Amino acid sequence: MLQVILKRIAIAIPVILIVASITFFLVRMAPGGPFDAEKVVPPQVMKNLNAVYNLDAPLVVQYKDYMFNLIQGDFGPSFRYPGRSVTEMIFTGLPVTFELAFYAIIVAMIIGGLAGIIAAVRRNTLLDYIPMTIAMIGICMPTFLLGPLLILYFGIHLEVLPVSGWGSLTGDKILPSITLGAAYAAYIARLSRGGMLETLSQDYIRTARAKGLSEYKVIINHALQGGLVPVVSFLGPAVAGLIGGSFVVETIFQIPGLGRFYVEAAFNRDYTMILGTTIFFSTLIIFFNLLSDIAVLLMNPRARSEA
Amino acid sequence: MKNKFIPALFLFVLIGCGESITPVDSGLDAQILHFGNGSEPQGLDPHIVTGVPEHHLLISLCEGLTIANPKGGKNLPGVAESWVISPDGKTYTFYLNKNAKWSNGDSLIAEDFVWSWMRILTPSLGSQYPDMLYYVKGAAEFHQGITDDFSTVGVKAINDHELRVELNNPTPFFILLLSHYSTYPVHKETVLAHGAIDDRNGLWTRPGNFVCNGPMNLKSWELNKQITVEKNPFYWDADRVKLNEIRYYPVSNESTEDRMFRAGQLHVTNVVPLEKCPVYIEDNNPNLRIEPYMGTYFYRVNTLHPVLKDKKVRLALAYALNRTQIVEKVSKCGQKPAYSFTPPGSAGYEPDTEIPFDPVLARSLLAEAGFKDGIGFPVLEILFNTQEGHRKIALAVQQMWQENLGISVQLVNQDWKVYLAREMTGDFQISRAGWIGDYEDPNTFLDTLRPNRGNNKTGWENKEYDRLLELANSTNEQSLRYEYLMQAERLLISEMPIIPIYTYVRQYQLSSDVKGWYPNIIDTHHPKFIYLER
Amino acid sequence: MSQGSSLWTDAWRRLLANKAAVAGGIILLILIFLAIFAPWIAPHSYSYQNLELGAQPPSGNFLLGTDTLGRDLFSRILYGARVSLLVGFVATGVALVIGVSWGIIAGYFGGRVDSVMMRIVDVLYGLPFIIFIILLMVIFGRNIWLLFGAIGAVEWLTMARIVRGQVLTVKNQEYVLAAQAMGVSNIQMFRKHIFPNILGPIAVYATLTIPQVMLLEAFLSFLGLGIQPPMSSWGTLIRYGVESMEEYSWLLIYPGLTFTITLFALNFFGDGLRDALDPKISSD
Repeated sequence: MLQVILKRIAIAIPVILIVASITFFLVRMAPGGPFDAEKVVPPQVMKNLNAVYNLDAPLVVQYKDYMFNLIQGDFGPSFRYPGRSVTEMIFTGLPVTFELAFYAIIVAMIIGGLAGIIAAVRRNTLLDYIPMTIAMIGICMPTFLLGPLLILYFGIHLEVLPVSGWGSLTGDKILPSITLGAAYAAYIARLSRGGMLETLSQDYIRTARAKGLSEYKVIINHALQGGLVPVVSFLGPAVAGLIGGSFVVETIFQIPGLGRFYVEAAFNRDYTMILGTTIFFSTLIIFFNLLSDIAVLLMNPRARSEA
Repeated sequence: MKNKFIPALFLFVLIGCGESITPVDSGLDAQILHFGNGSEPQGLDPHIVTGVPEHHLLISLCEGLTIANPKGGKNLPGVAESWVISPDGKTYTFYLNKNAKWSNGDSLIAEDFVWSWMRILTPSLGSQYPDMLYYVKGAAEFHQGITDDFSTVGVKAINDHELRVELNNPTPFFILLLSHYSTYPVHKETVLAHGAIDDRNGLWTRPGNFVCNGPMNLKSWELNKQITVEKNPFYWDADRVKLNEIRYYPVSNESTEDRMFRAGQLHVTNVVPLEKCPVYIEDNNPNLRIEPYMGTYFYRVNTLHPVLKDKKVRLALAYALNRTQIVEKVSKCGQKPAYSFTPPGSAGYEPDTEIPFDPVLARSLLAEAGFKDGIGFPVLEILFNTQEGHRKIALAVQQMWQENLGISVQLVNQDWKVYLAREMTGDFQISRAGWIGDYEDPNTFLDTLRPNRGNNKTGWENKEYDRLLELANSTNEQSLRYEYLMQAERLLISEMPIIPIYTYVRQYQLSSDVKGWYPNIIDTHHPKFIYLER
Repeated sequence: MSQGSSLWTDAWRRLLANKAAVAGGIILLILIFLAIFAPWIAPHSYSYQNLELGAQPPSGNFLLGTDTLGRDLFSRILYGARVSLLVGFVATGVALVIGVSWGIIAGYFGGRVDSVMMRIVDVLYGLPFIIFIILLMVIFGRNIWLLFGAIGAVEWLTMARIVRGQVLTVKNQEYVLAAQAMGVSNIQMFRKHIFPNILGPIAVYATLTIPQVMLLEAFLSFLGLGIQPPMSSWGTLIRYGVESMEEYSWLLIYPGLTFTITLFALNFFGDGLRDALDPKISSD
């Protein structure tokens, strides 16, 4: 298995470099530069600005310089925020987005997992239909619809929760985590139900039941593991999607995370920030996919032999 | 199990939160102001930044020779406690307040201003806002690298507390310029301790390093989350400052900011969401503020375009717009229709130009230009940056031109940077634009449409217009000056290189706890006059 | 072969027995009908602004009310159906074409070709596509075909994986090996054996991708990057609705309901298809 991991990492590195290169040229193709502002500046000043940031060198030279720095782990200075380096900004926003994603996944796994398992065990009864329909709502309702609804109800109408912020006011982490986790809870509910159903129909489950084990023990000791396999293998892409989906939640709830930084950087043509964040996210996703694959292999001996 | 989870969560939430005391409530005793600041500032270096959120922060942290008068009108003394203007209007002598200090206790002397102005005019710093100082003799040449000898620039320290400034022309509004942050002083030792004079990326603005001379000092700076400033005991007028702290929140989403205000998390917001404004107006919301703002919303016309270069076409387009309907039914937030380029009422300037809503006249002008009933008229593009308000107005304009002139236009929205790039290179036919005055004088508007001004972007070059403005700038006598300016304005409106639509208002929400806050046309609310009281 | 046709009739029977799927299917048909005939059904223009009127609650003249510019909401929802369904179908179509071809080639030829092709898929899987889409939209702006392409480019990967897996399974069936031994040509093999057997999963996955695509477009609209006016997708309508949800709640309720019901219908139908074609899950 170590071989598999090493092989995957070996492939990942050129991938990241390719991603960096493509993004580099893509961003430069965009009309409008980082220093374009409403009040037009004299050409001399524009020249000076471009010189400070090496923007007057030929594109290939800039590319070479950038990649050289990148390999050493230097993402460069932010174009938009003088005095801030991209690394600094990424590591300011990252812990926040991470925490948000973490809580969202916890919410999703608890609510989704429980709902799915109950629905599978009590198949084709009300306890199956109701959670699954609610799960469907979670999948079909956009985050930017759910978020404001929750805020309106709990924040402004009932006044029990803050309407924005992360870590400033008591309880301000609850609504964002639920909003972001909702869609994933729904998916996980469906996945865990499906996985559980498949596992529950296996022979060894029938054997366990025949041996006289209580239903409870059957589920906990035998079915759960198999039922959770699809959930775990979903976690990799889920994290990737969460990081993407955090943009919306961070905007609605005024959370200082990396997602908001990224969208603003794109609009501001903060070249280095865009590049840095893209590369960073790519690395993160590749890493999580790897982790998730390993977890699946560990949990499911059958898959291990297929690998 | 799942069914018991939600009630349990509820209970936890209710117990955990206890009694809800909002930040606005607790700010009252502690004299902490919670300020919605629109977006994360680019930085805190007054010589590098260019925006409005930065302006709000910088008037707390630093101070120029003068400060804006919160009740409008002439500027009040800042670092300079008095000044003398020579008879020819070209030489200013400022007498600095001897109590003026930096936030680390150092005395503020005239040489500090000389060094600071040298810094912002240093070409390699790349300042994007040197305009204010261009009125000073030799400043433009130094900034554009024509000379690298700063002694040719007309600013000198006569002694520690006397600063002499020489201008190119008598500039009657010069005092007003000195409250703009680009003219603020910076602390030389601090700046140089963290980088060279022209190092944009120097770390002197970080909390702990930051030194300046304003009523507040930088306490903490959490990126994209909050900036906190606290009372500066060394400020020369510290006795008058009642606020202990101001917390600035960079909330860019209008709806989020509105909810924060309603939940008692903010004392003042940056804007009011488009959809909420008419509702708040109708409900007589006591927190709603709608105040005249020195800005004009207009459509820029590319006068180099083969069809748009005909004045009659431009006038037809202008006369076919029902501005009253636009402000009452589309923007719906107390804006006023604009019939001139310079907003009326700025420093007593009242332009008498008119733009009638006259579809009949508009059609006949269009016919005279060769496009009777709109036949043969090309499909033009209205360019605007992606934003709901602009889109709604463009849609209304599109329909008005269709109904009243029989012509079709296409709506093109681009993101901010692309829009700017296209305007700068003249790659547009009609583009949405706005101009906010930098200081309270008509010149800040009319100047932009002179030939060869970077901010002109219309291709309109009128020698008579230029001459009139030159005349206006070379006299100090108000009524004569305004007479020239009015003539220029009339000429402008008769040529219509830009089509004015409405005069801006500042719309925001203000908690009733905030006192010492007065409406003024350039929207500057100096923190030293503000306090909280219920 | 007879084995194939009874598989289909069985599946059809199972599908019809699934009430939720049938309901979903009917709703979808109605929606498609409404979308196609929108120009004839819509009582008003979707873009004409009646500024004097402003936002009005539902009434006789305006079945679902008007928005702040006086535009009829019902007509806008009808036309929005065209846009949203168009995005859904076309983008999914793009994903289908790329993904299916890729998967078939990889699965059928196997060996090194398969290895390389699926490696590429694995690698692409790890990219933050959302970021690329945002970047593309910001840079190249308002092009609707770019939007389709960008969204399709995100979704084709899973399709390729599924198709390849399916092709591999079929390829190893006895009757295929037998046909190969008999010397049937590649194309014939493909037409008669492979293709009919992968159609099922493709249809299922496509049906389940459409709602994903629609959500993605709604998300882009929220950021200001989706379909550009004068066309308004349901995502745009919902975004406007959220802004005025307290004052003019109908502007949110009707588009929101329509969107959610459509996604429900698509998901139930897709689930039903999947259950119908895969007897293991739906038995007992």
